[in-house]
Amino acid sequence: MSSTQKKIIPYILLGALGIFGPILFPNYTLQIAYLWMMVLMASTWDLLGGQMGYNSLGNITFFGVGMYVSAIVQVSFFYEGGVGEYTSAMGSIKPVYTEYEYYMGLFWGILAAGFISLLLCLVFSTFMFGLRGPYFAIGSLGLAIAAAELTITVDYVGGASGISMPLFPGDIEFRSTFFYMICFGLTILAHILLRWIYSTQFGLAINAIRDDEDKAEAMGIPTLKYKCIGWCIAAVFMGCIGAVAGNMAGFIDKEVAYPIPTFGIFMVAMALLGGKGTLWGPVIGAILFHVVKETTWTYLLNLQWVALGLILIINIVYFQEGIMGWLQRKYPEFFGIVVDTSTRDTKEEA
Amino acid sequence: MLSNLELLFYWAPIINVQIILEGIFVGAVFALSAYGLALVWGVMNIKNLAQGDFVIMGGYMAFSLHAMHVPLPLIMIAVMVGMFMFGWVIYIIMIRRIIDQDMFVSLLATFGLSLLVQQVMNIIYGPEVQTVDMELPIYDAFDNMVTIPSSKILSLFFAAVIAAGVIIFMKKSRLGQAIRATSQDPRAARVLGINTDRVYAFTFAINAALCGAAGVLVSIIWVIQPFYGITYSVRSFAIVTAAGLGNLPGVITAGFGIGLFEKYVGVIVGTAYEVAAPVSILLIVLIIRQISMKRNRQVVK
Repeated sequence: MSSTQKKIIPYILLGALGIFGPILFPNYTLQIAYLWMMVLMASTWDLLGGQMGYNSLGNITFFGVGMYVSAIVQVSFFYEGGVGEYTSAMGSIKPVYTEYEYYMGLFWGILAAGFISLLLCLVFSTFMFGLRGPYFAIGSLGLAIAAAELTITVDYVGGASGISMPLFPGDIEFRSTFFYMICFGLTILAHILLRWIYSTQFGLAINAIRDDEDKAEAMGIPTLKYKCIGWCIAAVFMGCIGAVAGNMAGFIDKEVAYPIPTFGIFMVAMALLGGKGTLWGPVIGAILFHVVKETTWTYLLNLQWVALGLILIINIVYFQEGIMGWLQRKYPEFFGIVVDTSTRDTKEEA
Repeated sequence: MLSNLELLFYWAPIINVQIILEGIFVGAVFALSAYGLALVWGVMNIKNLAQGDFVIMGGYMAFSLHAMHVPLPLIMIAVMVGMFMFGWVIYIIMIRRIIDQDMFVSLLATFGLSLLVQQVMNIIYGPEVQTVDMELPIYDAFDNMVTIPSSKILSLFFAAVIAAGVIIFMKKSRLGQAIRATSQDPRAARVLGINTDRVYAFTFAINAALCGAAGVLVSIIWVIQPFYGITYSVRSFAIVTAAGLGNLPGVITAGFGIGLFEKYVGVIVGTAYEVAAPVSILLIVLIIRQISMKRNRQVVK
């Protein structure tokens, strides 16, 4: 098996899962859509956490911001009364959109979500990247909590009572297929982009930042710029997927938009489970985590959150290298890593 | 907001006395849990995100003991001993394995612990807000403009006694000296015959005990709920980041400062910002630290 064949196999598997999954299991289309969402979140988290060494606990901020931005855009585009009137009616106003209006609103909503997330990320970058290591993690977690708490004080977007999204004009089965395709498409797009990025100089530069930022800066790498670009890529994707997730949920409030203890931690757990700092690790971790979670969650009754905490602890304390890391250590030849055993033997003798 | 300011500083300035007292009472509790964090952070380089959940756990222990009609001093001692043992067990199970790892690992592992603790408490006690009512008298002053529940005075007293006890312990006892030596240079300490593993275990256990004590005080002067822990964690981090490690006077000052800030924010801009206040102060502290470090071309590590 040549190396190009080896590289193609996972894509074929992934593509097969993506295309045949909803055809074989039409009742689980939305669940599989959430699976792609998880893959996207874990992959974009890994861009910062794994490849750049900046462990963010606050990427979920952009998810929530994207969700709210797209809600505002979608409502204000075609509803004359404006967003304030729509939200103050607490969901009793249900404007009927034509198909054209709905899809235009959604399209611009997703674009605006990505754009606002980008702007917000540029603002955050100015004061967050002076923080290293744990301070960055705590600071970004603080950003997410602050964003969630500040959002519910804004009456314009519904405050604590939330905001309901426009109704989908088509029938319900087409609805799930439609959102499935968006999630799948975004994830594939993100994966190809990340794959390309990791193969360029930019990928090497952010790896250098992870290994030793001071040295990287001394070598002339504009670290702040690169860190900023890295976070912005993650933020744009998080914003877009947030917009899609808001439409899939149909109703937005603080818990849906800023799921810090769920999605916010899931994405880190998934990337760590699969093995951080690898392209495929987050994908494998996300698929495994999501499938296990969806199949066992309902049987655990009240214990699912306890199980989540346990998984996180066991994963981090006892199985830190992740699946990909373990595979690479176990079968280095498969990954094209050559282990020079001659030097190892001499060391053992000495 | 303006009308609140007007009320505070023009119509009824006496309310300031009330707010300042409240700030000092809660600040003492914050300082207690923050000192525990500063201890584990400084000695063993563990950033404990489960700090707030230890606090709430102590509060629930007190809640259960009070339901059994145990007197307050005994509750205090029992909770501290119980949390001490809990901390020791947690150290053996997980902290020992992540102590040499990179710093994010400790954050994430303790975040998992925090999820675990809050969910177990949620299952046992339910999500309702609880409080321990000691039925102590409430004093009035300034024509009933200022009310001082004696439970709060009592909590301040307890916090002071515990803080003093910890300071004396760290300064005078052999183990305290060993802890300080280990925090300065673990390798040298090991060479000189200090069992650093036991020192780490003891430090983490003391931290849990301090959090438990803070939790008892929270439960008698305030309310506890399984998911309130994260705000205490955030406050502890804000205090330690502002004060620095191993700087006890700094920790106490920062604790009172954050208590006052929160109470004033609550009165002036409304209680809707109660959770946002400690988080925003954490962000402000981080930004200020960054700016001051940048002047020397350094970063916050």
